[in-house]
Amino acid sequence: MTAPAVAGGADFDLAAPWGLNAQVALRDEEFGALAYHYGTRRLVFLKSRLLVDLVRALDHHASAADALDAVVEPASRDRYAAALATLVPSEIIHER
Amino acid sequence: MSAEVVPTLRDRFSLGLHAPICLTWELTYACNLSCIHCLSSSGRRDPDELTTAEAKAVIDEMAAMQIFYVNIGGGEPLLRPDFFELVDHAVASGVGVKFSTNGSRLTKERAVRLAATDYVDVQISIDGADAATNDAVRGEGTFATAMTAMENLAEAGFGEFKISVVMTRHNIPQLDAFQAIADRFGAQLRLTRLRPSGRGADAWHDLHPTALQQRELYQWLLDRPNTLTGDSFFHLSALGDPLEGLNLCGAGRVVCLIDPVGDVYACPFVIHDEFKAGNVREDGGFTGVWRESPVFAALREPQSAGACASCGSYDACQGGCMAAKFFTGLPLDGPDPECVLGHGEEALKSVPVSLRPITTVDHSTRRPVSLSRR
Repeated sequence: MTAPAVAGGADFDLAAPWGLNAQVALRDEEFGALAYHYGTRRLVFLKSRLLVDLVRALDHHASAADALDAVVEPASRDRYAAALATLVPSEIIHER
Repeated sequence: MSAEVVPTLRDRFSLGLHAPICLTWELTYACNLSCIHCLSSSGRRDPDELTTAEAKAVIDEMAAMQIFYVNIGGGEPLLRPDFFELVDHAVASGVGVKFSTNGSRLTKERAVRLAATDYVDVQISIDGADAATNDAVRGEGTFATAMTAMENLAEAGFGEFKISVVMTRHNIPQLDAFQAIADRFGAQLRLTRLRPSGRGADAWHDLHPTALQQRELYQWLLDRPNTLTGDSFFHLSALGDPLEGLNLCGAGRVVCLIDPVGDVYACPFVIHDEFKAGNVREDGGFTGVWRESPVFAALREPQSAGACASCGSYDACQGGCMAAKFFTGLPLDGPDPECVLGHGEEALKSVPVSLRPITTVDHSTRRPVSLSRR
């Protein structure tokens, strides 16, 4: 399964509530964060600080769209929506 | 926030992180085997090895630093009487354990215990796909022992364990046979590079793959991107498309080693005073060494490409492995001894044996396996 490349791709429902998988731990680094999934034992790199903020914000908003509105400037919205979608196949984030 | 300049992840990693991504911890220098290529020159236990309490304190630091898993090796880690106590402490602290063993102490009972523990991965080492090839390097009877350990794990329902192989001139023709063994057990194959470290400093010159074999290995790995390599073969990326992984030397940047007496080295392949960054028993602990050590700070500076600067492949191979260069007596800012373009081979010819560094940490028992037995 490959990640959708565009924002709001078919596999990623922006209107749905999303959250950080409980089996995933985030370790902050200057470039962003390491995300480690204890279940799959896979390490994923979140390549910007803003993406880390966004991922953490998901749990506090009713939808991914709301989290995007709260954290990301409109000009970058599509790019960050696409970045979220890439975290779905590795189960870093999931629909709540 | 348009027009961000986004450095590559490799650039960011080369500057260092708050904590390592890949931490190797050798629990003991004691080993019941005497493999001729042992990169830690293991054999005898060191009387100064970390106590159980000290080892637990190191684990607590790992948890606090959010080191998600630790690669445990040795020596033979199962020879430590507190091995399971330490594993349980690590797992309970959220630090997963991947440990390497020769399998000789992996009894049915222990296999059952391991199968029942979450977040533990096991790697069993073999260096030949048959007893003749394996035992010539690892010692008489060791292939049979390793196979028994694999059977014990399979029988205990451990699931997908790893079979770890150091690639040599004698076992590269057996790549498919290794895969067949892994498939038979539902195991995953992990192939790593032979380094001229520890006792391997002598054995390397006879055991390292030929140039033709390096191409064969590269192609085999390209065709099987799921094979684990620990990012071992990035020097081969100069042959064409990059292999899976970060393709950088992570020494002191994303990788380091804690040895059995608590000394911290830049990577598992440079157990030598030159690359010793400190000791976990110091006031700042492991955290202090990782974050403050001048040795690590120097490695996190931009490195000179030196003699490789004019080579069009430098971006792909980054000059190769620091340990391989160091222990063959080559300058660190020049080609890897196994440079796929042949520059290392040329450079090696000009290094007299007397200029090769001598291993400063040696716990060998008196009689390692002799190459002449083959």
